[in-house]
This record gives sequence, structure tokens and C-alpha cells, in this order.
Amino acid sequence: MLEIKDLRKRFGGLKAVWDCSLRVEKGSITGLIGPNGAGKTTLFNLITGFYKPDSGEIIFKGESIHGMLPHNIFKKGIFRTFQITREFNKLTVLENLMIVQHPQTGENIWNTWFLFHKVKKEEMVIRKKALEVLEFVELIDHRKEYAGALSGGQKKLLELAKSMMAEPEMVLLDEPGAGVNPTLMNKLIEKIRALSKEKGMTFFLIEHDMDLVMNLCNPVIVMSEGRKLTEGSPDYIRSHEGVLEAYLGGQYGIDPQ
Amino acid sequence: MIDLQGLLSYFTHFAIMAGIYSIFCLGLNIHWGYTGLFNIGIAGFFCIGAYTSALITIPPPTGVYANYVTQVFALNLPFPFGVLGAALVCGIIAFLIGIPTLRLREDYLAIATIGIAETIRLIFHNESWIANGVRGISGIPQPLSSLVDPRNYNFIYLGIVILIMITVYILIERGIRSPWGRVLRAIREDEESASMLGKNIFAFKMQSLIFGAIVMGIGGALFAHYNKSIAPDTFTPLYGTFIIWVMLIVGGSGNSKGAILGGFVIYGLWVLPEFITRYLPVALQSRAPYIRFLIIGIVLELILRYRPRGLMGEEKHVSRLLK
Repeated sequence: MLEIKDLRKRFGGLKAVWDCSLRVEKGSITGLIGPNGAGKTTLFNLITGFYKPDSGEIIFKGESIHGMLPHNIFKKGIFRTFQITREFNKLTVLENLMIVQHPQTGENIWNTWFLFHKVKKEEMVIRKKALEVLEFVELIDHRKEYAGALSGGQKKLLELAKSMMAEPEMVLLDEPGAGVNPTLMNKLIEKIRALSKEKGMTFFLIEHDMDLVMNLCNPVIVMSEGRKLTEGSPDYIRSHEGVLEAYLGGQYGIDPQ
Repeated sequence: MIDLQGLLSYFTHFAIMAGIYSIFCLGLNIHWGYTGLFNIGIAGFFCIGAYTSALITIPPPTGVYANYVTQVFALNLPFPFGVLGAALVCGIIAFLIGIPTLRLREDYLAIATIGIAETIRLIFHNESWIANGVRGISGIPQPLSSLVDPRNYNFIYLGIVILIMITVYILIERGIRSPWGRVLRAIREDEESASMLGKNIFAFKMQSLIFGAIVMGIGGALFAHYNKSIAPDTFTPLYGTFIIWVMLIVGGSGNSKGAILGGFVIYGLWVLPEFITRYLPVALQSRAPYIRFLIIGIVLELILRYRPRGLMGEEKHVSRLLK
């Protein structure tokens, strides 16, 4: 579904992503792990058009999306969430979801003046969908609150809700589990699985919580120093020597005996 | 009895000026209150709107007067053409300002707008072939003025101002309380996140900048036709920009009703010293005009300290279509 070929991005002297090549298969829940500074979030930013790659290719559904603007990449069917959640603080939870729907007749100012009834009708449909999604992530009771007033874990659920609202073909989740308590975490895993199974959404997620990764993802891709180190099933990754080495630095990777 | 008449006519004058300032404030509210565009060059749009409408409606100079006045054109068209022309020209200017600045961080828009506002004022000041330079334009015609006794004319003009203010208010509210406004507010909260949701940030910011500028241009036109004469020094940052910002902050950023309320409250405080001067000790009377700066300053401080959201802050549930 998503293919990255020899992607490079350098910030000054820092080679953030260097000759990175990997694939994400359709319908999979692919995990992306690696030590801090491995280039995982940079890779997400490159895929979603926040940064322009220096060289290399990004192919989504057989089409190059290299160098496109973020809002056009969204239209191609890729949705991303951020490591630190980025909801619209002074919009209510419901509005945070309703805005995701695309396209909307009412987003043209002429239509709000001259096609008011059509806009209103559409708004009712969008609202119904948003309420269903909120029901699913169990945030329905908070729908009238400012999104900024939600707890950290609830904000993570809201991000997931937004990805459901968008109904993209592929979701990039940047640390969905960070700062989420274990109960909520299990709920999150369950929701992601359900979405993958029922709606056939493809997930590509960065995560540091190994329980979550090993539990949810298959395959798991390991990144280190800007490129793919290895890839495989959770069991394979767990027993792979190079992974531990990448995480902990050389000396721990060598068998002490 | 005479006093009552005087009071009434003064009140009419007050309401006209406050109404015009409220229209600027509504325009600024689109920029800052809803989209987070930091426009500190309102005076520029004010100036362009006023001059455009004046030049469109004024008759060509005749007789001896013609020797003393230079104007790039004098079209002698009716008032509505003047207002529409002012709106159009301000929209175009906003579009041109927006192209280089809206893709950058918001501080650049601030620097650009304040710079352009001053540039516009200085162009009208120095390039006297456009609109008579420092001496400005006088004899700007007033709409429907042939219908009534000049002494009662202000009542008609107040009607026009209120009508336009309400129209502008309704158009803004319709746009803001619908998906269009929701996107603007989202951009204000987090631009990158909004762009990740497929919204074309640049296009929305541009629409907001143009819409607000058009509203400001209409305000400028109304000012020109009320004052009958305009000169470049009317459009200094203090009268043209700063006071409008105070109105919006005091009234309530992100609320159109608050913008109008702020316009009336602050304009009221602005003219208050005119009333109290005569009750002051003689030594202080000459300093009375400065009291207004003191009052406005104190009020601004108090609002920021005790009601940071303004007298009427943004409503929590803005989208009216959801009810």
C-alpha cells in the first residue's frame, strides 16, 4: 500500500532519514520502533508532506505522493495523528470531529450565504456520524466540552476518533499509547484492531511501549540511524540481536558469555 | 427643550461614529477573533476605503476651486458605487498583501500590515496627484442628502450606518456559524493540524483576510461620506488601528456582538473627556484631551486583568446549524 524507496532527509549536518526503504502492506497493522532519534517521526512528517524529502520516493497506492502538500495527501487517503495530541482546544469535542469530514459544502462561504439549507442538511448528517464515532470511542458524554479540557488519554481517543471520522485507507499513529493508562490502553488496542478488521484500514504506528507493539502489530519494522534495520514478526524482532544493540548501544548487544 | 435637541443630535453623531468603528471592529474580529490573523494595519484599509469611495462619488472640481485641487479621477457616481468600489479595492489590496505573507508565520503578517498601512497613508500624503496630498479631499457627497433639512440629515445617515452594520453582521454570522467558520477557528487553534485534515490553510486564510478587509473598506467609505472631508492624517495608527484593537479586546475577541459592543463602549470612553472638561479645574482643562488616553489605557488594563476574554467572550457552541 505504501512504499518508501531510498528516502533521504538531512537537517544541516544531521542525517535524520538516510536511504530508508520500507513497505507497509494493505490491511496490516505495521509497527515502527527504534531508539530515540532513529528518524521515525521525521519519516511520518515526510510521508504526510510536512517536510519535503531531499531525495527518494514515496509511493502510495502505486502513485507518487512525493512533495505534495499535507492537505492534498490527506485527500489521497492518509490520516495521521501526532505524538503530542493536537486537537483544536477552543472547539468542542463534537466540532473537532465534524471538521474532519471532507469535503463539506458549507466550507465555501458563498454556500453558507446562498445554499444555507443544503449546508444545514449536510451538517445534520455529519453530526450524526460524529456522534456515532464518539459513541464508539466512549467520549459521547464529553461532546459539548472544549477539546482542550479533555485528559491526556481522552485526547488520544479523540485522535483515534478523528481517524475514524476521516475513514482514510491508511492511518499513521505517532505513539498512540504514550501517556495513556493501562485500562485505556487496552481499549485503544481493541479499537484499533476492530477498525483494522471491520473497515480494512491500514495502520502504521510508532510506539515505544513494547507490550502494545508486540501485542498489536505484525509485522514490526525497526529503524535505526535513519534507515530500516530489520523487519519481521514480533517474535522475530524480540529475538533479533541487532535490535537490542540499536536500542541500548553496542556493549549490551554482545553476549556477555 | 433646546438642550434636549442638542443632546439628541449629539447622540446621533455619537452613534454614527461608534457604528462606523464597530464595523471596523467586526472586520478585525474576522481576522483576529476567528482566524488568528494578526492584522495591525487596519488604518491602511480604512484609508483606502475612504479615499476610494470619495473619489468615486465626488463630482469633478469646477471653477476657481479646480485650480487648487488635483484628483486622479472624480467619477460623480452614486453612493452605493462608492461603497462597493471601496470594498472591491480593499479586497484586492488584501489579496496582494496575502500572497507573500499568509504562507509565513503570523508575525510576518503583522509586520507587513503595519508597514503597508503607513505606506498607504504616506502615499496619499506625498503623491498629491492622487487625492490632493496633505490638504485632502473635501465636499464628499452624502447619500439622500437632498431629501431632508441638513439639520436632520444625521438621522438618515445613522439609518444607513446601522443598516450596513446589521447586513455585515448577518453575513459574518452566517459564515462563522457554519463549517466555513469552523475551519477558520480550527486554523486559529492549530494550523498544521487543520492542514492534516485536508483543509487548504492558505485559501481559508486568504478568504478571511479579504473578507475582513472588505468590511474595513466599507467602514472607511462610511467614514468618508459622514465626515465629508478626509485628509491623510486621519489614518494614523492611533485612530485607525490601535483604538479598534482596544475595542475588540474589550468587547470580546471571537464574538461579533462583542465587537459591536466594544465599538460603542470604547468610542463612548473616547469622547467622554469632551463632557467632563468643563468640570475640571482650569489648570487641567488644557490637558483634558490626554485624559482619554489615560481612561482607555486603564480600561484596557482592567479588562485584561479581570476579564481577559472581554465583555462578551467567544461562545462555546459557535455553530448554529447544530441546534
